[in-house]
Amino acid sequence: MRSDGSQSAPLGLKIAAACGLLFLHLPILLIFVYAFTTEEKSFVWPPPGLTTQWFAVTWNRPDVWQALSLSVRVAAISTAIALVLGTLCSAAVSRTKFFGRETISLLVILPIALPGIITGIALRSAFSLADIPFSFWTIVLGHATFCVVVVYNNAVARFRRSSGSMIEASMDLGADGFQTFRHVVLPNIATALLAGGMLAFALSFDEVIVTTFTAGQQQTLPIWMLEELIRPRQRPVTNVVAMVVVLVTLLPILAAYYLTRDGDQIAGSGK
Amino acid sequence: MSLDAAMMRATAPAILPGSGGLRGALSDLFWRKPKVLLLLMLLPPVLWLGIVYIGSLFALLAQSFFSIDEFSGLINREFTLKTYGDLFQAANLDIILRTVTMAALVTLASAVIAFPIAYYAARYARGRWKALFYLGIMLPLWSSYLVKIYAWKLILAKEGILTWLLAKLHLLWLLDAWLSLPVVGGNSLSVSFTGTFIVFVYVWLPFMILPVQAALERVPGNLVEASSDLGASPGQTFRNVLFPLALPGIVAGSIFTFSLTLGDYIIPQIIGTSRLFIGQAVYSQQGTAGNIPLAAAFTVVPIVIMGFYLWGAKRMGAFDAL
Repeated sequence: MRSDGSQSAPLGLKIAAACGLLFLHLPILLIFVYAFTTEEKSFVWPPPGLTTQWFAVTWNRPDVWQALSLSVRVAAISTAIALVLGTLCSAAVSRTKFFGRETISLLVILPIALPGIITGIALRSAFSLADIPFSFWTIVLGHATFCVVVVYNNAVARFRRSSGSMIEASMDLGADGFQTFRHVVLPNIATALLAGGMLAFALSFDEVIVTTFTAGQQQTLPIWMLEELIRPRQRPVTNVVAMVVVLVTLLPILAAYYLTRDGDQIAGSGK
Repeated sequence: MSLDAAMMRATAPAILPGSGGLRGALSDLFWRKPKVLLLLMLLPPVLWLGIVYIGSLFALLAQSFFSIDEFSGLINREFTLKTYGDLFQAANLDIILRTVTMAALVTLASAVIAFPIAYYAARYARGRWKALFYLGIMLPLWSSYLVKIYAWKLILAKEGILTWLLAKLHLLWLLDAWLSLPVVGGNSLSVSFTGTFIVFVYVWLPFMILPVQAALERVPGNLVEASSDLGASPGQTFRNVLFPLALPGIVAGSIFTFSLTLGDYIIPQIIGTSRLFIGQAVYSQQGTAGNIPLAAAFTVVPIVIMGFYLWGAKRMGAFDAL
C-alpha cells in the first residue's frame, strides 16, 4: 500500500523547503552580527572584533531620532485613515452584492498591485499640477492610500467568516443599527482590525518608494536609510538602525499573527 | 454554535431601549433602505481612492501626452504623441527589454524556489510546525525592505561573507569565472546583474510562496495518493496533477513578483550595474533630467504590461487564489 495516510515528506522535499527557509532568514540574522562589528569602513567578514559602542553613538544622533519620529507620526495617522476607509469598504463589499462591487475591490488593491513607483510619480505629478507644496500631509496622503488594502483584506476575511444572522438577531431584539454595530459587529471584527492596523503601520513605517516622491525635505526613517546606503556617512550607525528596525517591525507582525490566528472561534462562524 | 455567547455579550439587558431622535430615525432609514447605508459606507473610501489615486493616475497619464522643449527644458502643455515616440529610441527600448527580461527571470526563479516550501507547508506541516512555517514566511515578507537589501549588500560585497565562504571552500575560481562573463558579471557580485537578480528573488519570494501555498492547500491529499496508486511516478504526479492545480496560485504570485520587479528602482540602484531599469529611468527622468512627460510615458509601460497580465491572470482563475 502506498497511500498510508500520514506519511512523512520525502527527504528531497524536506531539504528543499529547509534551504528555502534558510535563504529567507539568514540574511536578516546577518544584520545582527554586523551591528556589533568594530569595523567602520567596509563590510569585512568575519568581523575583526565585537563592540556595543555603536548603540551609544546611534542613540546620540539627532537625525536618527527626527527620522524615527516622523516615520511614527506618518504611520500612525495613515493607519488611522486606512482603518476608517478600509473598514467601511470591507463592510460594504462583504455585506451586499451591488453593481460595481468587483471594480471597488480592484480599486482598493490597485495601489499595491501596480508598482510603487507609479503610485509615487502619479501623486507627485498630481501635486505639481495642483500646486500642492510638499509637507507632512502629502506623505500621509500617499501612505494612507496603499494602507487601506491591508485593513480591507483583514476585515473582509473576518466579515466573510462571521454570520449575518447575528446582526438580524440583534435587530430583532430591538437594537438599532448603531447599537448593533457597537455591540455585535465591532467586537467581532475588533481583532481583525487591530491586526490590519498593525500591518498597515508596519507597511507605512517601511515604505520608501512612494515616500521618495511625496516627501520634500523631510526624512522618514527609510529615506534616511536609503541616503546612508547611497552615500554612507557612518556605516556602523546604519548597521545598528537596521537591526533596530528589524526588531521593531517584528513585534507588530507577531502580534497581528496571534490576533488573527484563532479565526475559528469567531461568534457565528457556523453560518 | 457560539451565537448564544455573542448575544449574551451583545445585549446585556435582554432588550435594549430603542433610541429616538435623529439617531433612531437614521437607524430606521438604514434598515428600510439598505442602499442608503451602502452608499454612505462606500462614499468615503471611493472618494479617497477615486480622487487621490485614480485622479493622480490620470494626472500622470495626461502628462505623458505633453512634451518637453529640448532647448528651454520647459514643459509644453500641448497634446502630442512625440514623447511616446521617444520611448522607441534604441536606448529606451533597451531599458524596457532589460527590465521585462529580469522580471520574467525573477518570477521563474521565485516559483521554483517557492514551490517546495509552499508544498511542504500545505501538505506536511501540522500544528506547531504549520504556525512556524507561516511565521517563517510572514516575517521576511513584512520585515523592512531596505534592511533586506542592505543585508545583501553585506553578503555580496567583495570583502563580504559570500567571498569568504567561497574562499574557505576553495571555490573562488568559480566566482571569478562567473564574474568574468559578459552581461551577468562585473567587478563584484554587488555591482552585477547576478546580484540584482538574487536580491529581487530574495525580496519578492514570500509574495510567491503565500498564494502557491493557498492553491496547494485546496488540493485534496488523496488526489496525490490516487495518482501514485495508479502507478504514476512522483515526477508524473507533479506534472499532471500538482502543477496544473497549483498554476492559478503561481500565476497569482507572479502578479506580485513581476509587477514589483517592473517598478523597482532601489534594488538595481543599490545592487546593480549602471545600466538602467524602467524604475530608474522614471526616477532620473522626473528628477535630474526634469523630463516629466517622458517619465510619465515610461510608467505607462508597466501599467500596460500589468493590464494585460492581470487580464490574462483573471482568465486563468488566479484571482481566486489571491
